[in-house]
Amino acid sequence: MSNIPADLRFAESHEWAKLEADGTVTVGISDHAQEALGDVVFVELAEVGKVFAAGEAAGVVESVKAASDIYAPVSGEVIAVNEALADSPESLNSDPYGSWIFKLKPSDKAELDKLLDAAGYQAAIGE
Amino acid sequence: MGLRTPLYDLHLALGAKMVDFGGWDMPLHYGSQVEEHHQVRRDCGVFDVSHMTVIDVHGAQATVWLQRLLANDVARLTETGKALYSTMLDEQGKVIDDMIAYRCEDGYRLVVNASTRDKDLAWLNACKGDFDVKIHERPELAILAIQGPEARAKVAELLSAPRAALIRELKPFEGRAEGDWFIARTGYTGEDGLEIIFPAVQAPAFFNDLVGAGIAPSGLGARDTLRLEAGMNLYGQDIDEAHTPLTSNLGWSVAWEPAGRDFIGRSGLLAEIEHGVEQKLVGLVLEERGVLRAHQVVRVAGIGEGEITSGSFSPTLSKSIALARVPMATADRAEVEIRGKWYPVRVVKPTFVRHGKILI
Repeated sequence: MSNIPADLRFAESHEWAKLEADGTVTVGISDHAQEALGDVVFVELAEVGKVFAAGEAAGVVESVKAASDIYAPVSGEVIAVNEALADSPESLNSDPYGSWIFKLKPSDKAELDKLLDAAGYQAAIGE
Repeated sequence: MGLRTPLYDLHLALGAKMVDFGGWDMPLHYGSQVEEHHQVRRDCGVFDVSHMTVIDVHGAQATVWLQRLLANDVARLTETGKALYSTMLDEQGKVIDDMIAYRCEDGYRLVVNASTRDKDLAWLNACKGDFDVKIHERPELAILAIQGPEARAKVAELLSAPRAALIRELKPFEGRAEGDWFIARTGYTGEDGLEIIFPAVQAPAFFNDLVGAGIAPSGLGARDTLRLEAGMNLYGQDIDEAHTPLTSNLGWSVAWEPAGRDFIGRSGLLAEIEHGVEQKLVGLVLEERGVLRAHQVVRVAGIGEGEITSGSFSPTLSKSIALARVPMATADRAEVEIRGKWYPVRVVKPTFVRHGKILI
Protein backbone atom coordinates (compact mmCIF):
# COMPACT_ATOMS: atom_id res chain seq x y z
CA MET A 1 0.00 0.00 0.00
CA SER A 2 1.54 3.30 -1.02
CA ASN A 3 1.31 6.58 0.80
CA ILE A 4 -1.38 8.95 -0.60
CA PRO A 5 -1.72 12.26 1.37
CA ALA A 6 -5.31 13.43 1.65
CA ASP A 7 -4.62 17.09 0.93
CA LEU A 8 -3.14 16.57 -2.55
CA ARG A 9 -4.68 16.17 -6.01
CA PHE A 10 -3.34 13.56 -8.45
CA ALA A 11 -3.10 13.07 -12.18
CA GLU A 12 -3.64 9.57 -13.52
CA SER A 13 -0.06 9.82 -14.77
CA HIS A 14 1.04 9.78 -11.10
CA GLU A 15 2.00 13.42 -10.55
CA TRP A 16 0.72 15.10 -7.38
CA ALA A 17 -0.38 18.76 -7.39
CA LYS A 18 -0.69 21.07 -4.40
CA LEU A 19 -2.46 24.44 -4.58
CA GLU A 20 -0.40 26.80 -2.41
CA ALA A 21 -1.74 29.77 -0.44
CA ASP A 22 -0.26 32.16 -3.02
CA GLY A 23 -2.17 30.51 -5.86
CA THR A 24 0.77 28.66 -7.36
CA VAL A 25 0.75 24.86 -7.88
CA THR A 26 3.59 22.67 -6.67
CA VAL A 27 4.17 19.40 -8.57
CA GLY A 28 5.91 16.11 -7.75
CA ILE A 29 5.49 12.37 -8.28
CA SER A 30 3.58 9.98 -6.04
CA ASP A 31 4.92 7.27 -3.74
CA HIS A 32 3.42 4.68 -6.10
CA ALA A 33 5.37 6.22 -9.00
CA GLN A 34 8.73 6.30 -7.22
CA GLU A 35 8.29 2.71 -6.08
CA ALA A 36 7.54 1.57 -9.61
CA LEU A 37 10.49 3.51 -11.06
CA GLY A 38 13.15 2.19 -8.69
CA ASP A 39 16.25 4.25 -7.86
CA VAL A 40 16.02 7.65 -9.59
CA VAL A 41 19.41 8.70 -10.98
CA PHE A 42 18.66 11.82 -13.09
CA VAL A 43 15.89 14.37 -13.31
CA GLU A 44 15.57 16.52 -16.44
CA LEU A 45 13.86 19.77 -15.41
CA ALA A 46 11.84 22.12 -17.57
CA GLU A 47 13.06 25.67 -18.12
CA VAL A 48 11.65 28.40 -15.94
CA GLY A 49 9.30 30.52 -18.03
CA LYS A 50 8.12 27.69 -20.25
CA VAL A 51 4.35 27.32 -20.61
CA PHE A 52 2.69 23.89 -20.66
CA ALA A 53 -0.82 22.70 -21.33
CA ALA A 54 -2.31 20.17 -18.92
CA GLY A 55 -1.04 16.71 -19.86
CA GLU A 56 2.01 18.01 -21.75
CA ALA A 57 5.41 16.45 -20.99
CA ALA A 58 7.27 18.85 -18.70
CA GLY A 59 10.35 16.93 -17.66
CA VAL A 60 11.87 13.47 -17.42
CA VAL A 61 12.65 11.22 -14.46
CA GLU A 62 15.34 8.68 -15.31
CA SER A 63 15.70 5.67 -13.05
CA VAL A 64 17.94 2.61 -13.25
CA LYS A 65 14.94 0.89 -14.80
CA ALA A 66 13.57 3.36 -17.36
CA ALA A 67 13.08 6.98 -18.40
CA SER A 68 9.65 8.36 -17.58
CA ASP A 69 8.06 11.62 -18.72
CA ILE A 70 6.59 13.93 -16.07
CA TYR A 71 3.39 15.62 -17.26
CA ALA A 72 2.06 19.02 -16.21
CA PRO A 73 -1.06 18.16 -14.17
CA VAL A 74 -2.62 21.57 -14.95
CA SER A 75 -1.83 24.25 -17.55
CA GLY A 76 0.51 27.02 -16.56
CA GLU A 77 3.91 28.71 -16.64
CA VAL A 78 6.90 27.19 -14.86
CA ILE A 79 8.00 29.67 -12.18
CA ALA A 80 10.51 27.49 -10.33
CA VAL A 81 12.30 24.15 -10.62
CA ASN A 82 13.96 22.17 -7.83
CA GLU A 83 17.68 22.44 -8.60
CA ALA A 84 18.50 20.27 -5.56
CA LEU A 85 17.37 17.26 -7.61
CA ALA A 86 20.56 17.57 -9.68
CA ASP A 87 22.67 16.48 -6.69
CA SER A 88 20.11 14.31 -4.94
CA PRO A 89 17.76 12.71 -7.45
CA GLU A 90 17.23 9.88 -4.94
CA SER A 91 15.18 12.23 -2.74
CA LEU A 92 12.27 11.49 -5.09
CA ASN A 93 12.47 7.92 -3.80
CA SER A 94 13.04 8.66 -0.12
CA ASP A 95 10.61 11.60 0.15
CA PRO A 96 8.27 11.76 -2.86
CA TYR A 97 5.83 14.25 -1.26
CA GLY A 98 8.51 16.42 0.35
CA SER A 99 10.59 16.61 -2.87
CA TRP A 100 8.91 18.94 -5.33
CA ILE A 101 9.94 18.95 -8.98
CA PHE A 102 8.53 22.23 -10.36
CA LYS A 103 6.07 25.02 -9.51
CA LEU A 104 3.47 26.41 -11.92
CA LYS A 105 1.52 29.64 -12.12
CA PRO A 106 -1.74 27.99 -13.22
CA SER A 107 -3.62 29.55 -16.11
CA ASP A 108 -6.96 28.09 -14.93
CA LYS A 109 -7.36 27.02 -11.30
CA ALA A 110 -10.53 25.14 -12.20
CA GLU A 111 -8.35 22.49 -13.86
CA LEU A 112 -7.32 21.33 -10.40
CA ASP A 113 -10.86 20.10 -9.83
CA LYS A 114 -10.46 17.76 -12.80
CA LEU A 115 -7.63 15.96 -11.01
CA LEU A 116 -8.24 12.96 -8.78
CA ASP A 117 -8.52 13.35 -5.03
CA ALA A 118 -6.67 10.91 -2.75
CA ALA A 119 -9.47 8.33 -2.78
CA GLY A 120 -9.81 8.63 -6.55
CA TYR A 121 -6.06 8.12 -7.06
CA GLN A 122 -6.04 5.15 -4.71
CA ALA A 123 -8.79 3.56 -6.80
CA ALA A 124 -7.00 4.45 -10.04
CA ILE A 125 -3.85 2.61 -8.98
CA GLY A 126 -5.89 -0.35 -7.80
CA GLU A 127 -5.08 -0.16 -4.12
CA MET B 1 3.55 -17.91 -10.24
CA GLY B 2 7.17 -18.53 -11.21
CA LEU B 3 9.75 -20.96 -9.88
CA ARG B 4 10.88 -20.18 -6.35
CA THR B 5 14.14 -20.75 -4.52
CA PRO B 6 14.11 -22.01 -0.90
CA LEU B 7 14.58 -18.39 0.19
CA TYR B 8 11.42 -16.97 -1.41
CA ASP B 9 9.59 -16.42 1.88
CA LEU B 10 12.67 -14.83 3.45
CA HIS B 11 13.02 -12.41 0.56
CA LEU B 12 9.43 -11.30 1.05
CA ALA B 13 9.93 -10.99 4.81
CA LEU B 14 12.95 -8.76 4.15
CA GLY B 15 10.88 -6.44 1.98
CA ALA B 16 12.13 -7.56 -1.42
CA LYS B 17 10.53 -6.27 -4.59
CA MET B 18 10.19 -9.48 -6.57
CA VAL B 19 10.43 -9.75 -10.36
CA ASP B 20 10.31 -12.50 -12.93
CA PHE B 21 13.73 -13.61 -14.10
CA GLY B 22 13.69 -16.36 -16.69
CA GLY B 23 10.64 -17.95 -15.10
CA TRP B 24 11.88 -17.51 -11.51
CA ASP B 25 10.43 -15.12 -8.89
CA MET B 26 13.58 -13.35 -7.72
CA PRO B 27 14.35 -10.29 -5.57
CA LEU B 28 15.14 -7.22 -7.67
CA HIS B 29 16.09 -5.22 -4.57
CA TYR B 30 15.18 -4.87 -0.91
CA GLY B 31 14.73 -1.08 -0.95
CA SER B 32 17.46 0.46 -3.08
CA GLN B 33 19.56 -1.35 -5.66
CA VAL B 34 22.00 1.57 -5.75
CA GLU B 35 22.56 1.25 -2.00
CA GLU B 36 23.02 -2.51 -2.27
CA HIS B 37 25.58 -1.96 -5.04
CA HIS B 38 27.60 0.47 -2.88
CA GLN B 39 27.52 -1.94 0.05
CA VAL B 40 29.05 -4.74 -2.00
CA ARG B 41 31.90 -2.53 -3.22
CA ARG B 42 32.57 -1.09 0.25
CA ASP B 43 31.72 -3.97 2.60
CA CYS B 44 29.73 -7.02 1.43
CA GLY B 45 26.32 -8.25 0.40
CA VAL B 46 24.63 -11.63 -0.10
CA PHE B 47 22.85 -12.72 -3.27
CA ASP B 48 20.49 -15.68 -3.61
CA VAL B 49 21.53 -17.28 -6.90
CA SER B 50 19.92 -20.65 -6.24
CA HIS B 51 18.07 -20.37 -9.55
CA MET B 52 21.31 -21.15 -11.38
CA THR B 53 21.95 -24.68 -12.59
CA VAL B 54 24.53 -26.99 -10.99
CA ILE B 55 25.65 -29.97 -13.10
CA ASP B 56 28.15 -32.53 -11.84
CA VAL B 57 30.10 -34.54 -14.39
CA HIS B 58 31.66 -37.88 -13.40
CA GLY B 59 33.20 -40.86 -15.20
CA ALA B 60 36.48 -42.06 -16.57
CA GLN B 61 36.26 -39.79 -19.61
CA ALA B 62 34.97 -36.65 -17.88
CA THR B 63 38.12 -34.71 -18.74
CA VAL B 64 38.37 -35.63 -22.42
CA TRP B 65 34.63 -35.10 -22.85
CA LEU B 66 34.73 -31.61 -21.36
CA GLN B 67 37.81 -30.88 -23.45
CA ARG B 68 35.58 -31.52 -26.46
CA LEU B 69 32.60 -29.59 -25.13
CA LEU B 70 34.14 -26.41 -23.78
CA ALA B 71 36.12 -23.67 -25.55
CA ASN B 72 38.43 -23.32 -22.56
CA ASP B 73 40.53 -26.36 -21.62
CA VAL B 74 39.71 -28.14 -18.35
CA ALA B 75 43.10 -29.86 -18.53
CA ARG B 76 44.44 -26.49 -17.34
CA LEU B 77 42.84 -27.33 -14.00
CA THR B 78 45.90 -29.22 -12.84
CA GLU B 79 44.53 -30.14 -9.43
CA THR B 80 41.33 -30.50 -7.45
CA GLY B 81 40.10 -27.13 -6.32
CA LYS B 82 40.94 -25.12 -9.43
CA ALA B 83 38.24 -23.48 -11.56
CA LEU B 84 37.95 -21.70 -14.88
CA TYR B 85 35.49 -19.64 -16.91
CA SER B 86 34.42 -21.03 -20.26
CA THR B 87 31.91 -20.69 -23.04
CA MET B 88 30.22 -23.70 -24.59
CA LEU B 89 29.92 -23.39 -28.37
CA ASP B 90 28.01 -24.93 -31.22
CA GLU B 91 29.71 -26.17 -34.39
CA GLN B 92 29.71 -22.66 -35.86
CA GLY B 93 31.48 -21.30 -32.79
CA LYS B 94 28.36 -19.50 -31.55
CA VAL B 95 27.82 -19.31 -27.79
CA ILE B 96 25.31 -21.73 -26.28
CA ASP B 97 26.12 -20.64 -22.71
CA ASP B 98 28.91 -19.46 -20.43
CA MET B 99 29.84 -21.03 -17.10
CA ILE B 100 32.36 -21.71 -14.37
CA ALA B 101 33.83 -25.23 -14.31
CA TYR B 102 35.38 -26.47 -11.04
CA ARG B 103 37.63 -29.53 -10.84
CA CYS B 104 36.44 -31.72 -7.97
CA GLU B 105 37.70 -34.90 -6.28
CA ASP B 106 35.60 -37.15 -8.48
CA GLY B 107 34.98 -35.13 -11.63
CA TYR B 108 33.83 -31.58 -12.42
CA ARG B 109 31.12 -29.23 -11.28
CA LEU B 110 29.62 -26.87 -13.86
CA VAL B 111 27.54 -23.88 -12.82
CA VAL B 112 25.51 -22.65 -15.77
CA ASN B 113 22.80 -20.04 -16.22
CA ALA B 114 19.24 -20.41 -15.02
CA SER B 115 17.64 -19.31 -18.27
CA THR B 116 19.60 -21.83 -20.35
CA ARG B 117 19.07 -24.89 -18.14
CA ASP B 118 16.89 -26.90 -20.51
CA LYS B 119 18.95 -26.04 -23.58
CA ASP B 120 22.24 -26.87 -21.85
CA LEU B 121 21.07 -30.22 -20.47
CA ALA B 122 19.70 -31.21 -23.89
CA TRP B 123 23.01 -30.27 -25.52
CA LEU B 124 25.12 -32.09 -22.94
CA ASN B 125 23.02 -35.23 -23.28
CA ALA B 126 23.11 -35.04 -27.07
CA CYS B 127 26.92 -34.75 -26.98
CA LYS B 128 27.49 -37.70 -24.63
CA GLY B 129 27.79 -40.20 -27.48
CA ASP B 130 29.97 -43.12 -26.38
CA PHE B 131 31.94 -41.17 -23.84
CA ASP B 132 32.21 -42.82 -20.41
CA VAL B 133 30.59 -39.90 -18.53
CA LYS B 134 27.61 -39.38 -16.26
CA ILE B 135 25.80 -36.07 -15.91
CA HIS B 136 24.00 -35.26 -12.65
CA GLU B 137 21.98 -32.13 -12.30
CA ARG B 138 21.89 -31.04 -8.63
CA PRO B 139 18.56 -29.22 -8.14
CA GLU B 140 18.59 -29.98 -4.40
CA LEU B 141 21.46 -27.53 -3.88
CA ALA B 142 21.13 -23.80 -3.12
CA ILE B 143 23.72 -21.18 -4.06
CA LEU B 144 24.54 -18.04 -2.11
CA ALA B 145 27.08 -15.50 -3.34
CA ILE B 146 28.59 -13.33 -0.60
CA GLN B 147 30.61 -10.64 -2.33
CA GLY B 148 32.72 -7.66 -1.25
CA PRO B 149 36.06 -6.92 0.45
CA GLU B 150 34.71 -8.04 3.84
CA ALA B 151 32.85 -11.10 2.57
CA ARG B 152 35.34 -13.85 3.35
CA ALA B 153 36.13 -12.55 6.83
CA LYS B 154 32.49 -12.12 7.79
CA VAL B 155 31.41 -15.51 6.47
CA ALA B 156 34.34 -17.33 8.11
CA GLU B 157 33.25 -15.92 11.49
CA LEU B 158 29.88 -17.62 11.14
CA LEU B 159 31.07 -21.08 10.16
CA SER B 160 32.76 -24.10 11.75
CA ALA B 161 36.52 -24.20 12.20
CA PRO B 162 37.17 -26.49 9.20
CA ARG B 163 35.04 -24.31 6.90
CA ALA B 164 36.61 -21.11 8.19
CA ALA B 165 40.04 -22.63 7.57
CA LEU B 166 39.06 -23.57 4.02
CA ILE B 167 37.86 -20.01 3.38
CA ARG B 168 41.17 -18.61 4.58
CA GLU B 169 43.14 -20.96 2.32
CA LEU B 170 41.16 -20.52 -0.89
CA LYS B 171 42.95 -18.57 -3.56
CA PRO B 172 40.95 -16.67 -6.21
CA PHE B 173 39.20 -19.02 -8.65
CA GLU B 174 39.45 -22.02 -6.38
CA GLY B 175 36.63 -24.06 -4.89
CA ARG B 176 36.57 -27.07 -2.60
CA ALA B 177 34.13 -29.25 -0.72
CA GLU B 178 33.97 -29.37 3.05
CA GLY B 179 31.40 -31.94 4.13
CA ASP B 180 28.25 -31.36 2.07
CA TRP B 181 29.13 -27.71 1.39
CA PHE B 182 31.11 -26.55 -1.63
CA ILE B 183 32.87 -23.21 -1.06
CA ALA B 184 34.46 -21.27 -3.92
CA ARG B 185 36.30 -18.00 -4.18
CA THR B 186 34.53 -16.93 -7.36
CA GLY B 187 31.91 -14.31 -8.19
CA TYR B 188 30.18 -12.05 -10.63
CA THR B 189 30.86 -8.62 -9.13
CA GLY B 190 34.55 -7.82 -9.65
CA GLU B 191 35.07 -7.93 -5.87
CA ASP B 192 36.57 -10.65 -3.68
CA GLY B 193 34.04 -13.04 -2.21
CA LEU B 194 32.56 -16.50 -2.03
CA GLU B 195 30.01 -18.63 -3.77
CA ILE B 196 28.65 -21.38 -1.54
CA ILE B 197 26.79 -24.35 -3.03
CA PHE B 198 25.09 -26.41 -0.33
CA PRO B 199 21.94 -28.38 0.50
CA ALA B 200 18.85 -26.25 -0.08
CA VAL B 201 17.27 -27.41 3.18
CA GLN B 202 20.03 -25.53 5.04
CA ALA B 203 19.61 -22.34 3.01
CA PRO B 204 17.00 -20.45 5.07
CA ALA B 205 18.96 -20.90 8.30
CA PHE B 206 22.29 -19.86 6.78
CA PHE B 207 20.77 -16.89 4.94
CA ASN B 208 19.21 -15.79 8.24
CA ASP B 209 22.62 -16.09 9.94
CA LEU B 210 24.24 -13.95 7.24
CA VAL B 211 21.59 -11.24 7.40
CA GLY B 212 21.60 -11.41 11.20
CA ALA B 213 25.34 -10.76 11.12
CA GLY B 214 24.67 -7.53 9.23
CA ILE B 215 25.42 -8.77 5.72
CA ALA B 216 23.11 -6.87 3.37
CA PRO B 217 20.68 -8.94 1.30
CA SER B 218 21.27 -7.83 -2.31
CA GLY B 219 19.10 -8.33 -5.36
CA LEU B 220 19.38 -8.83 -9.10
CA GLY B 221 19.36 -5.10 -9.76
CA ALA B 222 22.63 -4.59 -7.88
CA ARG B 223 23.98 -7.84 -9.32
CA ASP B 224 23.50 -6.42 -12.81
CA THR B 225 25.15 -3.05 -12.16
CA LEU B 226 28.05 -4.72 -10.33
CA ARG B 227 28.80 -7.21 -13.11
CA LEU B 228 28.43 -4.49 -15.75
CA GLU B 229 30.98 -2.29 -13.97
CA ALA B 230 33.27 -5.34 -13.78
CA GLY B 231 32.91 -5.90 -17.53
CA MET B 232 31.35 -9.35 -17.12
CA ASN B 233 29.03 -10.58 -19.84
CA LEU B 234 25.43 -11.57 -19.27
CA TYR B 235 24.22 -14.47 -21.41
CA GLY B 236 21.17 -13.47 -23.37
CA GLN B 237 22.35 -9.87 -23.66
CA ASP B 238 26.09 -9.59 -24.36
CA ILE B 239 26.45 -13.15 -25.61
CA ASP B 240 23.96 -15.37 -27.39
CA GLU B 241 23.69 -17.91 -30.17
CA ALA B 242 24.17 -15.23 -32.81
CA HIS B 243 27.70 -14.38 -31.66
CA THR B 244 31.04 -16.05 -30.98
CA PRO B 245 33.47 -15.42 -28.12
CA LEU B 246 35.65 -13.49 -30.58
CA THR B 247 33.15 -10.64 -30.90
CA SER B 248 32.25 -10.74 -27.20
CA ASN B 249 35.49 -9.80 -25.43
CA LEU B 250 35.95 -13.52 -24.63
CA GLY B 251 38.84 -14.42 -26.94
CA TRP B 252 40.99 -14.84 -23.82
CA SER B 253 38.79 -17.72 -22.64
CA VAL B 254 39.32 -19.79 -25.78
CA ALA B 255 42.22 -22.24 -25.31
CA TRP B 256 43.79 -22.74 -28.74
CA GLU B 257 46.66 -24.86 -27.39
CA PRO B 258 47.11 -27.78 -27.63
CA ALA B 259 46.41 -27.42 -31.36
CA GLY B 260 45.15 -30.99 -31.46
CA ARG B 261 42.24 -30.30 -29.06
CA ASP B 262 39.31 -30.28 -31.44
CA PHE B 263 36.67 -28.66 -29.21
CA ILE B 264 33.19 -28.14 -30.66
CA GLY B 265 33.23 -24.75 -32.40
CA ARG B 266 36.98 -24.64 -33.09
CA SER B 267 36.54 -24.80 -36.84
CA GLY B 268 33.75 -22.24 -36.71
CA LEU B 269 36.03 -19.80 -34.89
CA LEU B 270 38.87 -20.45 -37.32
CA ALA B 271 36.51 -19.69 -40.20
CA GLU B 272 35.56 -16.39 -38.56
CA ILE B 273 39.21 -15.48 -38.09
CA GLU B 274 40.02 -16.35 -41.69
CA HIS B 275 37.11 -14.22 -42.89
CA GLY B 276 38.25 -11.43 -40.61
CA VAL B 277 36.59 -10.77 -37.25
CA GLU B 278 34.42 -7.73 -37.94
CA GLN B 279 33.17 -6.66 -34.54
CA LYS B 280 34.35 -6.30 -30.97
CA LEU B 281 32.69 -5.77 -27.61
CA VAL B 282 33.75 -2.49 -26.00
CA GLY B 283 32.83 -0.34 -23.01
CA LEU B 284 31.02 2.98 -23.37
CA VAL B 285 30.88 5.85 -20.89
CA LEU B 286 28.30 8.63 -21.15
CA GLU B 287 29.89 11.71 -19.65
CA GLU B 288 26.66 13.70 -19.38
CA ARG B 289 23.38 12.94 -17.65
CA GLY B 290 21.31 10.09 -19.06
CA VAL B 291 21.23 6.32 -19.09
CA LEU B 292 22.55 4.03 -21.83
CA ARG B 293 20.32 1.02 -22.42
CA ALA B 294 20.43 -2.26 -24.36
CA HIS B 295 19.63 -2.04 -28.07
CA GLN B 296 20.42 1.67 -28.44
CA VAL B 297 22.24 2.32 -31.70
CA VAL B 298 25.94 3.24 -31.64
CA ARG B 299 27.30 5.32 -34.52
CA VAL B 300 31.02 5.52 -35.26
CA ALA B 301 31.85 8.36 -37.66
CA GLY B 302 33.35 7.16 -40.92
CA ILE B 303 33.23 3.55 -39.84
CA GLY B 304 29.75 2.25 -39.27
CA GLU B 305 27.22 1.31 -36.62
CA GLY B 306 26.88 -1.00 -33.67
CA GLU B 307 24.51 -1.67 -30.82
CA ILE B 308 24.54 -1.52 -27.03
CA THR B 309 24.18 -5.02 -25.56
CA SER B 310 23.92 -4.00 -21.87
CA GLY B 311 23.59 -0.55 -20.37
CA SER B 312 22.78 0.97 -17.01
CA PHE B 313 23.69 3.56 -14.45
CA SER B 314 27.03 2.89 -12.70
CA PRO B 315 26.70 3.81 -9.02
CA THR B 316 30.48 3.68 -8.52
CA LEU B 317 31.22 6.08 -11.40
CA SER B 318 27.99 8.04 -10.94
CA LYS B 319 27.47 7.98 -14.70
CA SER B 320 25.99 5.66 -17.25
CA ILE B 321 28.08 2.86 -18.78
CA ALA B 322 27.42 0.17 -21.33
CA LEU B 323 28.85 -2.78 -23.22
CA ALA B 324 28.42 -2.45 -26.97
CA ARG B 325 29.22 -4.53 -30.03
CA VAL B 326 30.81 -2.20 -32.60
CA PRO B 327 32.89 -2.36 -35.79
CA MET B 328 36.43 -3.60 -35.16
CA ALA B 329 38.00 -0.30 -36.32
CA THR B 330 36.18 1.79 -33.69
CA ALA B 331 38.62 4.02 -31.81
CA ASP B 332 37.90 6.04 -28.66
CA ARG B 333 34.77 8.04 -29.53
CA ALA B 334 31.26 7.24 -30.74
CA GLU B 335 27.68 8.48 -30.47
CA VAL B 336 24.62 6.77 -29.06
CA GLU B 337 21.01 7.47 -29.98
CA ILE B 338 18.89 7.98 -26.86
CA ARG B 339 15.21 8.79 -27.39
CA GLY B 340 15.80 10.32 -30.80
CA LYS B 341 18.88 12.43 -29.99
CA TRP B 342 22.59 11.60 -30.46
CA TYR B 343 24.95 11.81 -27.47
CA PRO B 344 28.76 11.52 -27.54
CA VAL B 345 30.28 8.62 -25.60
CA ARG B 346 33.81 7.59 -24.73
CA VAL B 347 34.85 4.15 -25.94
CA VAL B 348 36.94 2.28 -23.36
CA LYS B 349 38.16 -1.21 -22.51
CA PRO B 350 35.13 -3.16 -21.26
CA THR B 351 36.15 -3.23 -17.60
CA PHE B 352 35.20 -0.16 -15.62
CA VAL B 353 35.75 -1.14 -11.96
CA ARG B 354 37.67 -3.95 -10.21
CA HIS B 355 38.18 -4.39 -6.47
CA GLY B 356 36.53 -1.08 -5.84
CA LYS B 357 38.93 0.82 -8.12
CA ILE B 358 37.81 2.79 -11.14
CA LEU B 359 39.94 1.68 -14.10
CA ILE B 360 38.76 3.91 -16.93
